[in-house]
Amino acid sequence: MGVAPRRWLGVAPALTLVVMLGPVAAGLAGVVLPAFGYLPALGGDRLTLEPWQALAAEPGLWRSIRLSLTVGLATTLVALAAVVLFCAAWHGTRLFRAVERALAPVLAVPHVAAAVGLAFLIAPSGFLVRLMSPWATGFERPPDLLILNDPDGLALMAGLVIKEVPFLLLMVLSALTQTNAARLIAGVRTLGYGRTVGWLKAVLPQIYPQIRLPVFAVLAYGTAVVDTALILGPTTPAPLAVRLFGWAHDPDLALRFQASAAAVLLLGLVAAAIGLWLALERPVAWLGRRWAEGGGRFADDRVVRWVAALPVAGCVVLVGAGILVLGLWSVAGLWRFPAALPDGWTLATWAHQADDLVRPVATSFALSATAAVIALGLAVGCLEHAVARGAGQGGRRSGWDGGGWLVYLPLLVPQVAFLFGVQVLLARVGGDQTWPAVVWGHLVFVVPYVLLALGEPYRAWDARYGQVARGLGAGPMRVLFAVKLPMLLGPLAIAAAVGFAVGIGQYLVTVLIGGGRFATVTTEAVVLAAGGDRRLIGVYAMVQMLLPLVGFTVALALPAWVWRRRRGLGGGGER
Amino acid sequence: MTAAAVGAGTGLALDRVALTRHGQPLLALSLEVPPGEVVTVMGPSGVGKSTLLLHLCGLLPPGFRATGRVRLDGRDLDRVAPEVRRVGLLFQDDLLFPHLSVGGNLAFAVPRTVGGRAARRARVEAALADADLAGFADRDPATLSGGQRARVAVMRVLLSEPRLLLLDEPFGRLDAALRARFRAFVFTRARERALPTLLVTHDAADAAAAGGPVVTLVPQSYQT
Repeated sequence: MGVAPRRWLGVAPALTLVVMLGPVAAGLAGVVLPAFGYLPALGGDRLTLEPWQALAAEPGLWRSIRLSLTVGLATTLVALAAVVLFCAAWHGTRLFRAVERALAPVLAVPHVAAAVGLAFLIAPSGFLVRLMSPWATGFERPPDLLILNDPDGLALMAGLVIKEVPFLLLMVLSALTQTNAARLIAGVRTLGYGRTVGWLKAVLPQIYPQIRLPVFAVLAYGTAVVDTALILGPTTPAPLAVRLFGWAHDPDLALRFQASAAAVLLLGLVAAAIGLWLALERPVAWLGRRWAEGGGRFADDRVVRWVAALPVAGCVVLVGAGILVLGLWSVAGLWRFPAALPDGWTLATWAHQADDLVRPVATSFALSATAAVIALGLAVGCLEHAVARGAGQGGRRSGWDGGGWLVYLPLLVPQVAFLFGVQVLLARVGGDQTWPAVVWGHLVFVVPYVLLALGEPYRAWDARYGQVARGLGAGPMRVLFAVKLPMLLGPLAIAAAVGFAVGIGQYLVTVLIGGGRFATVTTEAVVLAAGGDRRLIGVYAMVQMLLPLVGFTVALALPAWVWRRRRGLGGGGER
Repeated sequence: MTAAAVGAGTGLALDRVALTRHGQPLLALSLEVPPGEVVTVMGPSGVGKSTLLLHLCGLLPPGFRATGRVRLDGRDLDRVAPEVRRVGLLFQDDLLFPHLSVGGNLAFAVPRTVGGRAARRARVEAALADADLAGFADRDPATLSGGQRARVAVMRVLLSEPRLLLLDEPFGRLDAALRARFRAFVFTRARERALPTLLVTHDAADAAAAGGPVVTLVPQSYQT
């Protein structure tokens, strides 16, 4: 009895390693050789620099490179600054707790839905212009302004920032729970420091090392983003990742060589962006220390605090308002330009689409649910293994227990680069465009988030319950299944919902590994977003957003219902 | 009589048991606990008292090592899996499983050898009656008072038919009036069942109430 589970546990981390990092490693290997002309399936049987020459000859390549780097660095900097300022000014207040509660639903909104919602808000014929027309702007018809897809990528950066701010905020919150921030800030304030500056000088230096990996993940995501960029990003030229994506599924197979070279280049860009960030950390830290030692108190920071609240509040409002406008369009009748609201309401768009929606919804659901369940099993195995080995005790974390760097690895490598490599490899063995391959591709991104969501509550479980149960005669498996997992039902359900939401939001995996055979609500929404039918886009984006929301609702309702008679697990009201 | 009883192969015997943490010596001791007797282990925080109890359960945390022999009723415990040792453990917190009813918590402990729903249920009801909690089987443990929960925790351990009882400061959370009664409740039942009992505590009053020998541990680094 004691041996079997331990052996099973030993397998879990290794299996997770293969599942999560196998495709990343294989995918990168799959682009390196073709980048130098070696891909026998397409007649490339010798090493050459031709793919690089072809890539260099692409018009506007330097602009694409500069765009990728700018978008990545700027979104990370803006999102991090907004989150840090907000936490500094408001940590420990009622507003802070209110934003904390609003965080989960905003996080659950997929990137694509958020981007489409933002587009519907800020487009020249969008909701904001309508609200102010014609009385303030004088516009009787949509102005001829390039707001979406602007050549500098400002709309793209905005679309990324509104989704990265909630993510980074969640990471800071989780870091704060492991820091004695409340006592620290109390101590600093008794020395006469204002709340904001006191937080920046005393708490931030302890928080930053803990959110470094998430920051890098944001940096990598922004530098190599494809789906949001297809909706909001510039097109003449597009960022490198988008152009690589175009070459990767171009019918002209000869472009695959050039795409491989671009994938290697993109990997280099992400590495350069992270390297640059690392290089800047030291001088910034040095300046910060000098600033702290300078002793400035800034005791009266009322104005600063309200200003500091604006960016984060703005993100929450923009995501929320975008979704509202999506919903409006999905039920809008005739809606002429300057009118702020439609002339009439109709469910016709939903009714017309009902039949067409069934398949993508079913595919999205099946892919994401399968991936979430598998990921949950792997996560429990990894965390059990980590606990059994004593990792996490005394603040130490191994690579596996939900906080270590290994978990972040798939999030630091540009998706489009390694997925393209996976596609090339799978095509050779005829494994692409199959269900298992697509589910596996989803797992690469679902597993890390499930591990991150489950790690904290799993480690927090009081091990003495297990010790008592063993003493009462229960074997390790009975302790796990009859005591521990039932007690952790709430966190398990939330982790599964997080995995499900991440699965629903996947775009590149489905397109590149599925080879266009798997239509999900997300792939449909991206395709439709390029067209002009706002009612149709509204319907698909709403469905894309509602699926994760249903997941979270079930995740909250299920434990509450199962344990409705158990006050110790949250049922039957507050204790 | 102490030595005679243990020599006859009943009770708990620790023979030069030593614990190390990451190679650093933590504690070393030999002691014997005959059936029905309570031996109290005292000592400053961090000396390894709780770790010693976990070692006796076979649940030594990672990073710790133990040497020496642990025998229970004449048999070596070293290679016995924790769940078949029949070593009952009580903590300061009652640690009732929050997802099970009071009766469910007790039934969890009834050995599998007691077959049949009715027979298992009868054990649970008898234990509840013994703890003055008749009719509480279907209650949610979170709705009980602290004293009631503590008694359920004791009955849960006893239902598992342990051959050794380990108490890790089990009285620390209770107020003074309740504590005296609860101590008597635990010690009476341990004696009735002739259980060898090891009590770890900071409170000299606990040791006095236990009435048995007291072993005081000192940090290894202070010893010569």
